[in-house]
Amino acid sequence: MQVRTQSPKLAELRRNVMELYISDHPLDCLTCAANGNCELQTMAGVVGLREVRYGFQGVNHFKTTEKDDSNPYFSYDPAKCIVCNRCVRACEEQQGSFAITLSGRGFDSRVTAGQGERFMDSECVSCGACVNACPTATLIDKRVIEQGQAEHSISTTCAYCGVGCGFEAEMQGDRVVRMTPSKTGQANEGHACVKGRFAWGYATHPDRITQPMIRASINAPWREVSWQEALDYAASEFRRIQQKHGKSSIGALVSSRCTNEEDYLVQKLVRAAFGNNNVDNCARVCHSPTGYGLGQTFGTSAGTQSFSSVEKSDVILVIGANPIAAHPVFGSRLRKRVREGAKLIVVDPRKTEMVDSPHAGAVHHLKLRPGTNVALLTALAHTIVDEDLLNEPFIAERCEKQAFDDWRHFVARPENAPEALANEIGVPAQRLREAARLYATGGNAAIYYGLGVTEHSQGSTAVIAIANLAMATGNVGREGGGVNPLRGQNNVQGSCDMGSFPHELPGYRHVSDDATRSLFEQAWGVRLQAEPGLRIPNMLEAALDGSFHGLYCQGEDPAQSDPNTQHVQAALEAMECVVVQDLFLNETAKFAHVFLPGASFLEKDGTFTNAERRISRVRSVMSPLAGKADWEVTMALANALGYEMHYDHPSQIMDEIASLTPTFAGVSYAKLEQYGSLQWPCNDSAPLGTPTMHAEGFVRGKGRFIITQYIPTDEKVTQRFPLLLTTGRTLSQYNVGAQTRRTENSRFFAEDRLEIHPQDAEDHGIREGDWVGIKSRTGDTVLRASLTERVQPGVCYTTFHFPESGANVITTDNSDWATNCPEYKVTAVALVRVEQPSTWQQRNARQDAKQRRLLVGSEIR
Amino acid sequence: MSVTIYLPGDAAALALGADQVAVAVAEEAQRRGIEIRLVRNGSRGLFWLEPLLEVATPEGRIAYGPVEAADVPGLFEAGLIEGGDHPLRQGLTEQIPYLARQQRSTLSRIGVIDPRSLDDYLEHGGGAGLTRARRMSPAEIVQEVTDSGLRGRGGAAFPTGIKWKTVLDTAADQKYIVCNADEGDSGTFADRLVMEGDPFSLFEGMAIAGLAVGATRGYIYVRSEYPHATAVLEAAWIEAEAWLDGFRIEVRKAAGSYVCGEETALLESIEGRRGMVRNKPPLPAIEGLFGKPTVINNVLSLISVPHILARGAAFYYANGVGHSRGTLPFQLAGNLKYGGLVEVPFGLTLRELLYDFGGGSASGRPLRAVQVGGPLGAYLPESQFDTPLDYEAFSAIGAVLGHGGIVAFDDSVDMLSQAHYAMKFCAEESCGKCTPCRIGSTRGMEVIDRIRNRQPGQIELLRSLCDTMRDGSMCAMGGDRRCPGQRARRHLSDARRGHGRGDDPQALRHRQSQTLRLLPSLSGGDRGPTRLSRLLHHTG
Repeated sequence: MQVRTQSPKLAELRRNVMELYISDHPLDCLTCAANGNCELQTMAGVVGLREVRYGFQGVNHFKTTEKDDSNPYFSYDPAKCIVCNRCVRACEEQQGSFAITLSGRGFDSRVTAGQGERFMDSECVSCGACVNACPTATLIDKRVIEQGQAEHSISTTCAYCGVGCGFEAEMQGDRVVRMTPSKTGQANEGHACVKGRFAWGYATHPDRITQPMIRASINAPWREVSWQEALDYAASEFRRIQQKHGKSSIGALVSSRCTNEEDYLVQKLVRAAFGNNNVDNCARVCHSPTGYGLGQTFGTSAGTQSFSSVEKSDVILVIGANPIAAHPVFGSRLRKRVREGAKLIVVDPRKTEMVDSPHAGAVHHLKLRPGTNVALLTALAHTIVDEDLLNEPFIAERCEKQAFDDWRHFVARPENAPEALANEIGVPAQRLREAARLYATGGNAAIYYGLGVTEHSQGSTAVIAIANLAMATGNVGREGGGVNPLRGQNNVQGSCDMGSFPHELPGYRHVSDDATRSLFEQAWGVRLQAEPGLRIPNMLEAALDGSFHGLYCQGEDPAQSDPNTQHVQAALEAMECVVVQDLFLNETAKFAHVFLPGASFLEKDGTFTNAERRISRVRSVMSPLAGKADWEVTMALANALGYEMHYDHPSQIMDEIASLTPTFAGVSYAKLEQYGSLQWPCNDSAPLGTPTMHAEGFVRGKGRFIITQYIPTDEKVTQRFPLLLTTGRTLSQYNVGAQTRRTENSRFFAEDRLEIHPQDAEDHGIREGDWVGIKSRTGDTVLRASLTERVQPGVCYTTFHFPESGANVITTDNSDWATNCPEYKVTAVALVRVEQPSTWQQRNARQDAKQRRLLVGSEIR
Repeated sequence: MSVTIYLPGDAAALALGADQVAVAVAEEAQRRGIEIRLVRNGSRGLFWLEPLLEVATPEGRIAYGPVEAADVPGLFEAGLIEGGDHPLRQGLTEQIPYLARQQRSTLSRIGVIDPRSLDDYLEHGGGAGLTRARRMSPAEIVQEVTDSGLRGRGGAAFPTGIKWKTVLDTAADQKYIVCNADEGDSGTFADRLVMEGDPFSLFEGMAIAGLAVGATRGYIYVRSEYPHATAVLEAAWIEAEAWLDGFRIEVRKAAGSYVCGEETALLESIEGRRGMVRNKPPLPAIEGLFGKPTVINNVLSLISVPHILARGAAFYYANGVGHSRGTLPFQLAGNLKYGGLVEVPFGLTLRELLYDFGGGSASGRPLRAVQVGGPLGAYLPESQFDTPLDYEAFSAIGAVLGHGGIVAFDDSVDMLSQAHYAMKFCAEESCGKCTPCRIGSTRGMEVIDRIRNRQPGQIELLRSLCDTMRDGSMCAMGGDRRCPGQRARRHLSDARRGHGRGDDPQALRHRQSQTLRLLPSLSGGDRGPTRLSRLLHHTG
């Protein structure tokens, strides 16, 4: 068959159709925000439309419709809508929100949000997919309306969650106009969320500190100084402390938001310039159990799959994660697969968005009691063994026999049966068995998990239990299956890879390994310590004990993010020199003596590694506001300490990483330029990287089953503390909120609230919006109540995006037995209706006000 | 011994007070101590006689109509029970000429049986087709339907057997039979009469289709304005479920949109989406409902199937002419004396239908035009009334039979208003997917208004618009090929009649000549000259 796409008749038809479009379109092209970037305009030109014979006197929409400016980031102007339906399809097919639709018929057909509501009042989650899809100025970024069209664009990688979306920074000179998701971005394939797409205004927020500052004490005013003075001061303080208290009396925290190159330099600085191993990173408080658990069972500490693998899954088990809120772009991909027919099992104490997503609901929601993950996972394993659902050939070929036999014997014990554990877990045994059967027999089965698994006293055990399940059913080593930790921060995978742990050099090699150590000693020209250094909690303990006095904290905010805030604050206060490198005066900086201005992801070159081990380029689109990228600051600090570092560009740092780290051996900027991104291991045996891990054999050789004895947490419900508090995230705010709180995202989510089941609320005399005092064994804070059946009776829930909430004032010192990952997810609390903020909150507010006054020029801030 | 009285419970009879008559009959019978069995049958489709009350007598069913509640005591007084004489008495129902002259074959049971009684259905010959089909292989059933010459009765007239064969030949774990009962064309009601009068025949047709193509599930997509049909179908389904032995049917209430009568929009609607037309290919026969191979047939196509299977393909084929075989239930509406349902073999002329059955205009004025095939169908002038009723003959004059709906107008009709109405209908009912239909229909109204106001150049613009709508729309809503000719003829007629008072004769001549010059390209492309002469003839 021959298809002709050009002929005089077709040309006339196209022109006539365009004429009809334009007969219902305002002729304001020159003043239209899409001018120069409008498909309608372009096509009108292409078809040669010269007149509209129908005139403009007839019925139209451009004089009668009203603009919807309710969304902070984009406007909807139905006057310009050509009803192409692209936005509706983007919302349904790409995002999966089903928030917009076409309403009306015939000439009255219009794009409508929700049930004819404003966008802001509808189910819209502001992912921007509709804005991207719109060919006209109907749905358009407000920034474009304000600033005009971009004149060039630069590809880069989002600095929010661990999905690592590729973006095009659309620029006017060094000013960002908008960020559009890159269609060639291998992690996101053209999709984005409200954070990456829109919430980047923090980068130029007036709160940014762009001048280095020092002060003698935390009660003294800050003094703006030159970079040199600040660095010299920090270096001299660190050296003074080391002379006075010993080499191990200082340490550093590596940022999971900075680049691989920057993370590498910080740990190098600690090991080579500080001369100790006191380096840790925020993975300590999130995914360190993943590192341990997957390392022990599979031999490597990372997710096994690419995100695209989910498109081949038949059963998807999501446990302790809410990707729709915390990893939205992957969440959309997952939902798409569920809409295609994959079966979804959600394990979560709360009815998350994942459970009842439109047309993508869960087949099983195992609404367990917080803290019982290990019991639940072992009960699932019991069912698989008990009902002969094991993948025996896989196990025989790929796993250690003795370990498997021991595990099989263990899980088969009657006390691990769903029937025996159902009460403890809070899920009927039948439900557990059905879910186990589905996972084991439903085809390709994938597990995605988050901090709801790791942040427990048995976090590492739960990760091991997950790995056991995948091995027992043969769901490792191929697309559609796998074990996938959803990493929280943009580069938490990378910072772990880069050796930001007290016990590991880059590439997860233990500091006690002589061969590895000597490799680095040769390259770095120093002697390295063979003993692991201090973890974050150890550093804090040591500070209170008087043996730890100096901290270099790059892009992390333990004073807000780490558990038991009062304990953290006391430890920071006890230190002699705290050096904070950040964009903003964060909570930790209030205890700092040196403030080194950080650079946002828009201001520097480097790489981020996402949750699928994908190394992607971050590109500078504007100069660092404070004059230095973070890697330059660390380098200068090393030099000030007398340890020479010389790099002209982050690519040289990556070359050094590649030369010292086997899994990164094949990575270079030139190759990243060529292929867009690379998934480690990337070396001679996998020159283009490794999308699926453990395909031939496990990294450690044979997979190792490990027994997962359930040990209930000490954090128990008592008469004094009758409810369990668990924590999580919301879509529009990110982590400690330092970035998103400084954007319009706060209009979507303006305060952390305490979610309580209406039954519990009634028992406590709490109504919607009441101030509620939340008291744990550690501390107390006050939040406003939100009554919802999303939480189960006996369980309450909050987020931790706002420092004044003090969510971590109440979390405890309990932590994972193997890695010290804090038990954020279970805190026994008592609730009482109150009239004012807690003592801590009042004190913190005073402290906050005081610290702001101590900033130079605070009167104008 | 009880006497059986039949009184239609269908929507048309109800609208004319059938329920009140039913109450009156029951009360009167009780008062007189007469034991009666009152059957609420469907309508036979003789609407000027509704409510049509029938009484079963040894001679056969005697009809009385139109009956009002107030007539009931008088009827009893006149010996209704024995078929006694009365001014409303129409004699034996079967011998009413309007019925007697028809060939009720696929619709033989409507108005006869109790639509909720499976036993009644089976006693009246129902079920024979299914019984036979159960002994046949799928390929044999498909062959039988192909051989019968049955073509889709929804309007497109696609050979049913070929459609079924495509579905049969497409392997899938699930297939569906979808019945399009979203009867939305103006002047049509045959689907409704079937669903309210003989629902089991539809179930049987669907079950046979299921056997033929390997489908186990069916959906009936019923127009939302047909609550009575939905109720009858649902009640009958309870009876039919066991009989159909594993073939499951679900009745879906439609979403109230005309375009949902288009097969792909209908599938979208069943799937829970906005009723918008899909691109073809893929054909629904290959990727239809929920992406599975799907037979979509109109009610009238499906009820032909049991008849074909029961009597054999040859028997069915024996009726009709050319490539139009069997019978078609025509629906007479508009300005006609005897509106109603007329099932006749293809080949009759439109004139016979309009005058012999319809009795000419109800107003007594001469018939000026009839619209055949729904709101987008062509308006045929009196000069075309001798066109035989078959698909090809209609196609030859740029018209379609469609679903067999016929709406008649007398000479007082303002054809420009009719054209305006057609555009308005399109503007209101377009699904909005194709811009020519979505915006063009509104522009069409405006252009027609300007034609009425005699603005220059508008006829040409209308022609261009109609071409754009035809060539640039995905379904018949915007793309109906009759659109230009229809408007041209209408305009021509109006121009010749000197539409509008005080028309300057010179201007009238000018507009006539302008229009005539446009017509060849306007209504037939390369067949222009023929068209022109015919149109001149029509209007001359």
